Amino acid sequence: MKAFASAALALLLAGLAAVLAWTVTRPVTPGRDVPALIAGALDVSGVSHPVTAVLLNFRGYDTLLELVVLLIALAGVRCLAPLPPPRGSAPVGGVLRELASLLLPVLVLVAVYLLWAGATRPGGAFQGGALLAAAGILALLAGRDRFLWRLEHRLWPLACLGVAVFLAVAAGTLAAGGVLLGLPSAHAGTLILVIEGFALLSIAVTLVALFLGTGELEDRDP
Amino acid sequence: MTGQALYAVLGCGLFCLGFHALVVAAHPLRRLLAVNVMGSSVFLVLVAGAAPGDPLPQALVITGIVVAVAATALGLNLLLRLAVPAAADEPADGEGGS
Amino acid sequence: MSDSVLLPLLVLWPLAGGLAALLAPRIVGLVLVAGTLGNLALGLFLAVTLPGGDPLAHDVGGWGAPLGIALRADGLSAILVLVTAFAAPWLALHASAAYAEPERRYFAGLFLLFLAALNGLFLAGDLFNLYVTLELLGLSAVALAALGGGPAALAASLRYLLATLTGSLAYLLGVALLYRAAGTLDLAQLAGQGTVLPGGAVAFALMVAGLLLKAAVFPLHFWLPPAHANATPPVSAALSGLAVKAPLYLVLRLWLSLYDGAWPLVAELLAALGAAGVLWCSLQAVLQARAKLLVAYSTVAQLGYLLVALALVPAAGLTAYGAFVVLLVSHVLAKAGLFLAVGNLARRARHDRIDGFERVVHHMPLSAGAIALAGVSLMGLPPSGGFSGKWLLLQAGIASGRWWLVAVVLLGGLLAAVYIFKLIEHTFGGSDRPEATALPRRMEWAALALAGSAVGLGFLGQPLLGLLGGVP
Repeated sequence: MKAFASAALALLLAGLAAVLAWTVTRPVTPGRDVPALIAGALDVSGVSHPVTAVLLNFRGYDTLLELVVLLIALAGVRCLAPLPPPRGSAPVGGVLRELASLLLPVLVLVAVYLLWAGATRPGGAFQGGALLAAAGILALLAGRDRFLWRLEHRLWPLACLGVAVFLAVAAGTLAAGGVLLGLPSAHAGTLILVIEGFALLSIAVTLVALFLGTGELEDRDP
Repeated sequence: MTGQALYAVLGCGLFCLGFHALVVAAHPLRRLLAVNVMGSSVFLVLVAGAAPGDPLPQALVITGIVVAVAATALGLNLLLRLAVPAAADEPADGEGGS
Repeated sequence: MSDSVLLPLLVLWPLAGGLAALLAPRIVGLVLVAGTLGNLALGLFLAVTLPGGDPLAHDVGGWGAPLGIALRADGLSAILVLVTAFAAPWLALHASAAYAEPERRYFAGLFLLFLAALNGLFLAGDLFNLYVTLELLGLSAVALAALGGGPAALAASLRYLLATLTGSLAYLLGVALLYRAAGTLDLAQLAGQGTVLPGGAVAFALMVAGLLLKAAVFPLHFWLPPAHANATPPVSAALSGLAVKAPLYLVLRLWLSLYDGAWPLVAELLAALGAAGVLWCSLQAVLQARAKLLVAYSTVAQLGYLLVALALVPAAGLTAYGAFVVLLVSHVLAKAGLFLAVGNLARRARHDRIDGFERVVHHMPLSAGAIALAGVSLMGLPPSGGFSGKWLLLQAGIASGRWWLVAVVLLGGLLAAVYIFKLIEHTFGGSDRPEATALPRRMEWAALALAGSAVGLGFLGQPLLGLLGGVP
């Protein structure tokens, strides 16, 4: 019976895969040339990289909501009862320590570069934020987490900063021009950089906090 | 078949593989990973299925990835919290919270 | 400034509230009051602005489709925003007494973000933006379900998370196929296109399957009863009342506008699933020994009526559309009230076994009254909203030649009567056990207000249908 069920499931999913594959290889003639539309509007978007223009300007509303998703995950994790502190964690080796001191400044530098580069080439707040979070986690693993203890008490202000700034821009544009996130093209570049800068910081802090989970840091006072 | 179409077809196969694992796997960690495979496959179809060089799906995928990271982090923390019962927990009595 | 700024404000206001609750735990009570009442004011404003004119639209960023995202509101969106906004302050009132710190802060933050997600979803006019709001809604619901719960709640939340993510991904795969074929994500530009686009049918199947899983429609409801029954009462009420309605709304919207209600087989299939859900899950509700599980199974059963009404819209038009809306609104109110009332009983008794609720009517008359009032609407007795909805549903069924619907509605109502009387019998009867603690009265008033509104809705059917307008 069980063998029959698993065979039926496999057959069903193979059929689904075939239908999907047939669908994605059918010739289509979309009536709209979206790449051309994006290229045409790029001049007034404030940035010259099309993906960044879509993320922060044309569909900036999606990006605002997506930053909120990160906050929800963080709130969902933080409201769980804290785990007991881990027992007998391994001592940090010398190699890891040395590597961390070598890599940390580089990671921070590259994260900031990625933010800056996003305006003209692949890069942006998410890529930079992920890298900065990686730096934070590396610091944590290498036992260089003194600065994180201090951040712990400011977790929510730091995590909310990105959304708060984005929200302020959204409210400001709504009040000034009556259009949500209608960035004036003369200032769009600056506004995007400001939004992305704070978003990068909040994304990095949120990701590190998600990695830490349910408040383990609180147990080890400096 | 162009290279891009091949990626789209691969995405379809991955989606079904991920779904199979989700249905068959018993451990929640495996199922969470299965959902992640499904997520990546959808992103693959989104980018590879659209017109070549269209930046719009690429931006959508970045949004999708961040959502997937957030959901996975929440799932992993729930899983961890279930696997390591804290001292404060009362034994599970199935009565539910109120 | 045009009226269309209402649409972004309805998202920004609860979003700002959620942020404030997380940032300033000291004033969390104030934030909850301001957040939910402000949202109610905006929802009322939307409802009075809309009739008579065209649907409102707001192009975010001023780009217009297919480059930008549009927010849109018609009668259906306005009603859903309004009923959400009406239920929210009562849930917040109950929660203000139900939680202590630090749970109160997380509840306030997550609940306000949950409201922002619902408003965003009801007002979105873009397929991918709908995906983002679905995820916002799903994750905030999962986080709320885990809030302050024991291991059973955590395990249920994890299952809920996996189900909701799977549903979202199936939906997103469908969206990817539509974008590939049409080069736009805008609902208005895609209107009526679903049946002619290559791959449109496959996209429809994926999107609807994903959404039905998220809505916990029978037989995809396996994740709902444990998640809703093990959560804390205000959360159970929010999830059962509000969260599962959003994906069903989206099925209706996509099917009617993108696909023109196409393919008779789809209507038959949805109606059959709905009817099976009504009968099977009502029966399950009758068999439960735990009150919260009973109420949760009742939710899946009531979702069955909504699905039947939805399925009849192409055939029966405005009658079925009206039935869908009236049933939906009355279920939001009745179920939220019932979950709060049962939660009050369970909190006082420290368990939720039905046979242990002895004679609470003496100690908690308001909660017992709320159970009775919510029961009237769930059973579909006059003059409640549930009655008006079922009456319209029966008319729609007869108009479209589906006589079997009469049997389903009657049998479903009968089973509902059995499970509601099972609750009432132990609430109003049995021996007296006076030792338990008293509850803050506002927890009882919140339950009674919601359940009473479900009954009062029976008198408001006409204005509601007036606001709804025509079938989209």
